[in-house]
Amino acid sequence: MSGGQETGAVSKTSRRCSWLQVLVHSSAALLALGSLTCTLWTGLEEPGTALAFGVLVAVGELNRRSGPHVREAAPLGAAGALSYALLGENAGAPTHHGAVQVVTIVLAASLVGSVPHVGRGQGPTADQQARRMLTVGFAAVCFQPLYNQGTFAHWGGPAYALLLLALLSLTALCDAVLAAALAHSRTRWPFAPLLRDELRALLGIGSAVVATGAVMALAVAVAGLWALPVFSVPLLLTQLAVRRYAAVRATNRQTIASLARATEIAGYTPAGHARRVAALSREVGRDLGLTRPELAVLEYAALMHDIGQLSLVDPVPAGATADLPVAEQRRIALLGGAVVRQTGVDAAVAVVVERQADPCREQPTAARIVRAVNAYEEKARDAGPGGPLTALEELRLGTAGDYAPEVVEALARVLSRDCLTSAVTG
Amino acid sequence: MEAVPARARAYIACVAAAALLCLLPAVRASWWEAALLAALYAGCERAAARWRFAGTFHPVLLAGAFLLPPPAAALVALPGALLSPVEQRPRWLRRVWRAAQLAVGVWAASRVHGALGGRDAVVASDFPYALVPAGAAVLVFCLVLSLLDGGILALADRIPVRRAWRGLFLHSLAPVAVHGLAGLMMAVLWRSPYGPVAALLVLLPMCVSWWVFAQYHRERAAHQATIRALVQAVDIKDEYTRGHSERVGQASMMIARELGMDDSRTEVLRFAGILHDVGKLGVPTRLLRKDGPLTPEERRVIELHPEYGHEMVRGISFLGEARAAVLHHHERLDGSGYPYGLMGTQIPESARVVAVADAFDAMTSTRSYRRARPVGAALAELERCAGSQFDPRMVTALVRALSRHGWHPAVTADETDVPPPRPGVAGRLGARR
Repeated sequence: MSGGQETGAVSKTSRRCSWLQVLVHSSAALLALGSLTCTLWTGLEEPGTALAFGVLVAVGELNRRSGPHVREAAPLGAAGALSYALLGENAGAPTHHGAVQVVTIVLAASLVGSVPHVGRGQGPTADQQARRMLTVGFAAVCFQPLYNQGTFAHWGGPAYALLLLALLSLTALCDAVLAAALAHSRTRWPFAPLLRDELRALLGIGSAVVATGAVMALAVAVAGLWALPVFSVPLLLTQLAVRRYAAVRATNRQTIASLARATEIAGYTPAGHARRVAALSREVGRDLGLTRPELAVLEYAALMHDIGQLSLVDPVPAGATADLPVAEQRRIALLGGAVVRQTGVDAAVAVVVERQADPCREQPTAARIVRAVNAYEEKARDAGPGGPLTALEELRLGTAGDYAPEVVEALARVLSRDCLTSAVTG
Repeated sequence: MEAVPARARAYIACVAAAALLCLLPAVRASWWEAALLAALYAGCERAAARWRFAGTFHPVLLAGAFLLPPPAAALVALPGALLSPVEQRPRWLRRVWRAAQLAVGVWAASRVHGALGGRDAVVASDFPYALVPAGAAVLVFCLVLSLLDGGILALADRIPVRRAWRGLFLHSLAPVAVHGLAGLMMAVLWRSPYGPVAALLVLLPMCVSWWVFAQYHRERAAHQATIRALVQAVDIKDEYTRGHSERVGQASMMIARELGMDDSRTEVLRFAGILHDVGKLGVPTRLLRKDGPLTPEERRVIELHPEYGHEMVRGISFLGEARAAVLHHHERLDGSGYPYGLMGTQIPESARVVAVADAFDAMTSTRSYRRARPVGAALAELERCAGSQFDPRMVTALVRALSRHGWHPAVTADETDVPPPRPGVAGRLGARR
């Protein structure tokens, strides 16, 4: 077996990644401390403007909403910070603040704004703060020195607007790479799908933040600080929309989880089976590099994979479908697909549920994962301490026809990783 | 409006003539700006229809009103409204109506804005004064649109004029005010040295929020379907009560309305009624379908269903007090019910509502072992048991609600289609699939 090799690889990754995390955090801290000292030494340029932007960032931070599915927790704060970094004029008069002052103001304002959240124990994580500091620092260092030297003085208006947009897009790209790298180091999930998810999220609220940042910088240049409250409104609307969407998504998820528990209540499957299969399937899907939407489909399908049993008049013993004849397994799968089609979830979920009993060569990846994880869960459940290893061995032997080899290997990796983490933390 | 009445047609013709009058005066000023904005508006409308956004692009129209003289501003609305896809028939009449209505609205807004010196304020980006004409223009725009809309509702659908107007105006004011701010930003940036490129950037956050709102409505519809699937799972097992859950939901909602509960609580009680028997999933199918009398042992198993149901729905946080209703809907006021034998006010209010609704529908629908009773007899029976089994307040509320609205149970359990989301501004949301 290749267990030893895997263990070595995992611990090597974790060492390298924690090194990356330390690097990011310490450089952000260094940047913040350096800027703070410099600003204290030289004093503030244009304190009124600095105060206005500081208030904006702090208000945005006060509106922060944290949660597992939140992509940008404080969009208004982010947009305000970026627009201050790219501010060149105020109501027609050139500004003189440098990159150092930008970082200081954003640091101070976001610390002030996060005080109530820290009090409730939901403050921004160190990763988020470090990213905020580094991205704002990056944008300001790219723009302010060149602007203060007068490099853009002879540029036309539209070209200047496009320049700001390009700079902000570059900053957002860097931020996405940084976020993916940090998430990779924290969770040890594969880097490429994480980056893909971050880049995709840029199209949503990320693009709204970038556009608002650029527009605010331009609008303050034209109309003065009055533009700040006026220009915050559309972004607040976006934030509201995103929140409502997240809320209804969460509600739908809870309802589907309840529907999935129907088979448990009805005595067809053991308690917690659907939830365990869903959690493990998600981990395996992540290990295989599925994207975020694919993971959502996989999770729903895993939650509802046994729902076809509701149509049976008599329950299958212990709900163990993996040992039934293939024709019976397929029949239950088709019945389940019919129920899932009525739930209004993505039709892809129904397809996965329907095809979970097909031979693995004809299955979509998600169905392969659900099938293997379900079989593992059923076999390992009551088998005592040695159960997991025996179950994995059985799956490996069955890989020729029933279970896809790459899925079984991913499952083995996930399980060995979980053992490692539990050994480390416990 | 399946068959459009003649007076509605005449009304539309009048508004269209007014729109033409608004457009008529020849202006020489900056046709390219009007053309650019009109193209932008038309493009946005097409894109919105293509990707099923939930919104109309009022910011572009209002930016036109803030930038251009009234006739040119009215022109901005025309191509987009005339080319926009319309789902319901008669298509051309609807398009003409929409174009005429928007043209008149934008013209009026632009007129007010210009009269208050708004165009100069935009050029000089004179804040905060620029907000005053813009605010007035938004008010006028909103007022004109809701007046015209109210008129067509009154003529074509026979809705009382006063109610139609008040609701329309109040509902559209907040969104149009936000759109007005975005339009003002567009106008200011358009006139600045940075030009139309910067103005376009303003639309991006708006587009993102529309897109997210459309996603939200889709997810909401999906959620309704999931709840229905939960109920259908019970119907698979217990065939002869088909439609019972939906009807109990309806009766619970009527009682809640009659008791003067607010909308969100009424909605929660509807869900409580719909889901009250979800625990029957946990009862063996053979027992539920058994025709003969039940043994005491079997009865005990069936009486577990409220607890099973509570176990299922307790993880769904939005259900709130509906979860208590699922657990306690078989409790009786005198304490002889199950599962806990609670008495009087110990029983949650939601459960007392659902208990009455449940008993009422059980009596008025046909079961395999007996025929349905008439509504009057069922109400008399409920009143007889009020005080011992049911809360008299809920029984009286049901009696009052039925005498006012009648009992028209909509049997929807067999339908699998998703209800359309609530119509939004200008009915764009209704245009889904």
